[in-house]
Amino acid sequence: MAIDRFEAARIAALAKLEIAEGELDAVAVQLSAVLEFVAALDELDLKVGDATVLAPTGVPLRSDEPDGRTLEPGQATSGAPEAEDGFFLVPAVVENLEP
Amino acid sequence: MTAIAAWKQSAREIASAVRAGRLEPGEAAAAGFDGPGARWEHDVHAVLASERSAREAAAASAPRDRALSGVPALVKDNLCTVDHPTTCGSRILEGWRSPYDATVVRRLRAAGAVLVGKGNMDEFAMGSSTEFSAYGPTRNPHDLTRVPGGSSGGPAAAVAYGLVPISLGSDTGGSVRQPAAFCGVYGLKPTYGRLSRYGLVAFGSSLDQVGVFARHVGDVAAVYEALAGPDPFDASSRPGAAPDVGGWTAGVRGLRFGWPENLWREGVEPAIVAALERAAAALERAGAVRVPFEFLPGRYAVAAYYLLATAEASSNLARFDGVRYGMRHRATDLGELYAGTRGRGFGPEVRRRILLGTYALSSGYHDQYYGKATAARTRIAAEYQAAFEHGGFMLMPATPTLPFLLGEKVGDPLAMYLSDVFTLGANLAGIPGLSVPMGLEPGGLPVGVQLLGPADSEPVLLRAARAIEMEGDPARIASAEEKEPAWPGSR
Repeated sequence: MAIDRFEAARIAALAKLEIAEGELDAVAVQLSAVLEFVAALDELDLKVGDATVLAPTGVPLRSDEPDGRTLEPGQATSGAPEAEDGFFLVPAVVENLEP
Repeated sequence: MTAIAAWKQSAREIASAVRAGRLEPGEAAAAGFDGPGARWEHDVHAVLASERSAREAAAASAPRDRALSGVPALVKDNLCTVDHPTTCGSRILEGWRSPYDATVVRRLRAAGAVLVGKGNMDEFAMGSSTEFSAYGPTRNPHDLTRVPGGSSGGPAAAVAYGLVPISLGSDTGGSVRQPAAFCGVYGLKPTYGRLSRYGLVAFGSSLDQVGVFARHVGDVAAVYEALAGPDPFDASSRPGAAPDVGGWTAGVRGLRFGWPENLWREGVEPAIVAALERAAAALERAGAVRVPFEFLPGRYAVAAYYLLATAEASSNLARFDGVRYGMRHRATDLGELYAGTRGRGFGPEVRRRILLGTYALSSGYHDQYYGKATAARTRIAAEYQAAFEHGGFMLMPATPTLPFLLGEKVGDPLAMYLSDVFTLGANLAGIPGLSVPMGLEPGGLPVGVQLLGPADSEPVLLRAARAIEMEGDPARIASAEEKEPAWPGSR
């Protein structure tokens, strides 16, 4: 099996995703099944580095073209769980530097 | 036209009646809800949100002299709308309202359409059955024990049972074409970049494309015409004018179409093979030439897709962390707030895909998984390019199976992924695809086929679909302009 419960827990931590202890074994089994399936790609004769990461239809990258539409800070924070004066609120992330 | 009959009409008939002053925009929009639709919606559950006041306000402000004037439209719940919540079928966005409209929604409104609400979907468009909606599944209007497909199951089912004549979905790996086939309606996934992604909540940004559902080929063309074209707010939007689809009735005489029959020699249900034969015969009667050829089996596309789409999703969905939108798991530590919000707010399939994508991108595995999948994508796109040397378009299945039972695949992710085996390739290659309904198989379930073509071949795909519609089964299609919606529970 490609992934065990410990590896599953490591990936979940990377993804900032809480997974219950009791689900880790099932998650590991499901991810392993998919990874075993995708090994089919080894059957293809692929050129290393010949990568397509954008849609391969010739849409060129370009600069932004703003047209004057903007959101006020209050609109932008209107869907946030906690906001104040146009700012998103989160728990304190720095220690008090001058106790 | 009377308002009471409006729910059965095509979008173009409704708009024509509104332009002529014979129908009020509000009447057409209400017809689907106040008529038989109300009872059917109870059984089907295609709609996540539809507020009467918002419908009435949208109808009152709809311009009356446009191509889609007064046409009621449902949009998938991952398209941002100011007048209804946008939840993406997820608890993590429960009740969230966007401060702006998606570009396609703006263009729908500008064309006169009346937005009536939001369609149910698999959470964040991840799924092929709409069973992964956090708000309960949608059921297939043709058989309530079966799934409507997914992830745009709500918009597909709503068009099938007649709530609306048109709807919008999104197609990252087949999420418009597969539910269209399962529900017996048309489903167009345009060329990548033809319809703006601005305001479409991102899943796999290099694969996502807004798509169109309708019961009539001509309605697909009308909606495409209203929506397609460059958008300065979408950096991946395709430059230049969209191709003209006004000639959708022009026929297919003299066109050649590819027939990759090795794809359905095994693993495809006989009713679908029979439908492919009927579609090909219809195209031949209309003057097109069938060109058999061998095509790359779909399992490679499935393998590449489920690495690329999950990798992109793991990045795109990082923004849902309990800070800027929707729900929050309260914690004193920021890391716990992120992980707790995401662990509780995302459902099982979304969690699975985020984990898979994170793994495929992680240090030590990137080259083996993501890197290899990007190289496979290059190869698969080249295979499609080569295939279109056999003809201007190709005919193939939309799905390997007929609509499956609720619960049948929900516990087996890989089995669910394989139901997209014929649709994923178009997203990898960025090309357009159109699901064409072929009526009901003997057991009464819808069966569909798929047309694929090179970039910007939408006009050809619509002409081919029209040829199939007219010639496919003249006994079934008494008039291609008067197809009635499916009536849930009528069988």
